[in-house]
Amino acid sequence: MQAYLKLDHIDKTFTRGNATTEVLKDINLTIEKGEYVSIIGHSGCGKSTLLNIVAGLTDTTQGCVLLENREVNSPGPDRAVVFQNHSLLPWLTVYENVRLGVDKVFSSTKTRAERDAWTMHNLNLVQMAHAKDKRPSEVSGGMKQRVGIARALAMEPKVLLLDEPFGALDALTRAHLQDSVMALHQKLGNTILMITHDVDEAVLLSDRIVMMTNGPSARIGEVLEVPLARPRKRLELATNPGYLKCRQRVLEFLYERHRFVEAA
Amino acid sequence: MSMPAIKAEATAVAVPTSSPIAAAPVVTMTPKQAPRAEKYAKMAREAAVRVVPPLVVLALLMLFWELVCRRTGSTLPPPSRVFADTKELIFDPFFDRGGIDKGLFWHLSASLQRVALGYSIAAVAGIALGTLVGQSVWAMRGLDPLFQVLRTIPPLAWLPLSLAAFRDGQPSAIFVIFITSVWPIIINTAVGIRNIPQDYRNVAAVVQLNPLEFFSKIMIPAAAPYIFTGLRIGIGLSWLAIVAAEMLIGGVGIGFFIWDAWNSSHISEIILALFYVGIIGFVLDRLIAGMAKVVTRGTALN
Repeated sequence: MQAYLKLDHIDKTFTRGNATTEVLKDINLTIEKGEYVSIIGHSGCGKSTLLNIVAGLTDTTQGCVLLENREVNSPGPDRAVVFQNHSLLPWLTVYENVRLGVDKVFSSTKTRAERDAWTMHNLNLVQMAHAKDKRPSEVSGGMKQRVGIARALAMEPKVLLLDEPFGALDALTRAHLQDSVMALHQKLGNTILMITHDVDEAVLLSDRIVMMTNGPSARIGEVLEVPLARPRKRLELATNPGYLKCRQRVLEFLYERHRFVEAA
Repeated sequence: MSMPAIKAEATAVAVPTSSPIAAAPVVTMTPKQAPRAEKYAKMAREAAVRVVPPLVVLALLMLFWELVCRRTGSTLPPPSRVFADTKELIFDPFFDRGGIDKGLFWHLSASLQRVALGYSIAAVAGIALGTLVGQSVWAMRGLDPLFQVLRTIPPLAWLPLSLAAFRDGQPSAIFVIFITSVWPIIINTAVGIRNIPQDYRNVAAVVQLNPLEFFSKIMIPAAAPYIFTGLRIGIGLSWLAIVAAEMLIGGVGIGFFIWDAWNSSHISEIILALFYVGIIGFVLDRLIAGMAKVVTRGTALN
């Protein structure tokens, strides 16, 4: 197994005044090219911090992130992020939001016409080409998230980072978008690291599920392989014993062994 | 009192014009005209709802003023006297008999030119300084206390100092406009820059925008609503300050016109000038507000 993305002994400590909080402790993870890995854990366990570290938006205290054996410690389009709340720029149209990234990444390698075509190609991938001239405020929450995905995909990232991408959506839209992401992964073979707190989502989408213990000093508790063949069908999986077993394992981890302890 | 009468006439005229058009489809086939007439009638009704109440209030106030000031021995002239006295100024704003004996248009345009220049410099400098203070913690720590003290100095207190520095009325007045309107622009811009959501900064970081692109593509649009709030307060303050400043520096300008009218006891001219100052202040404010609406069209929270 060749390590494409490697998280090497990552510790993260936040210091405010003279109070220090250890958020993450000794995180080791290797991800293969084309693999879909989910990180699941209770809220506050530091999974978003971990994603921000991989994205380069947060520094590590100890350890490092290696992408193709090269250390990465600042943000860049090779690790494009789909943010939880879409983070589209409201003053730009759907097209311009995607084009912004395309123009930066391909400024020297593609002509103006090619960049336009590439932007439209990515909007087509997420079925948003029809709304290209609308502003984010004029499209639905699910559509905004689609555009967010298109923006990330259009940068041709080596790793696509999804930060609870479906968290803010209603159940039906979420299912629809999960299917879209699955189809895109199937088609493009991206390497994907996703943060989630939804067990079904994790099992449905992932090749491996990384389960995190509760913070402070969260660590990787267990890594579960999901041995389900792709393409996966939501309805068929509902009664699939392999699926149910994986689901059971994750639920046990989250609700029996590492129950979320309220701060109160 | 004549205003409501005109209004009533207008509505009375509007009714007969709509009826022949409504009847028209029976004779000739012009189906497109009927809805258009209806649309105009609706627009006229909506406009009337907005226009009639202020006109009624204005008419009542005029009546009150007329009644109060018509008595003999009243210190201020009634509206009828104001109109009679200033008829020449109202109907011929463009005369120019040399020196400061000019029509109101020339006074107002001189004042507006000073405001335009001082305010433009303030807008550019204010947005630049506000961006610096909003973006850099050290710039904020260094400059913010200074700004907080300087902004409380009344505009006219700067005038003697600027006269001493420039030795001329014109640049001094422009400097007073600048120093009056720059503070709200700086402070609002800084707040706007500081309030740019972390999400937008993250997007810029992932896309790897350089500082210049970050400034033009993220900072300015994201802070635009705040910047325009500052610009709007600024234009109001500069219009307030110009009248006072011009009273002191003299020459051509609406402020000096008012002062000159007072010295020659032309109270009616003062009232007319105040009316113009109010209208222009209102128009300037609407102008910036309208610009803000166009520019920040997409920036509203969603």
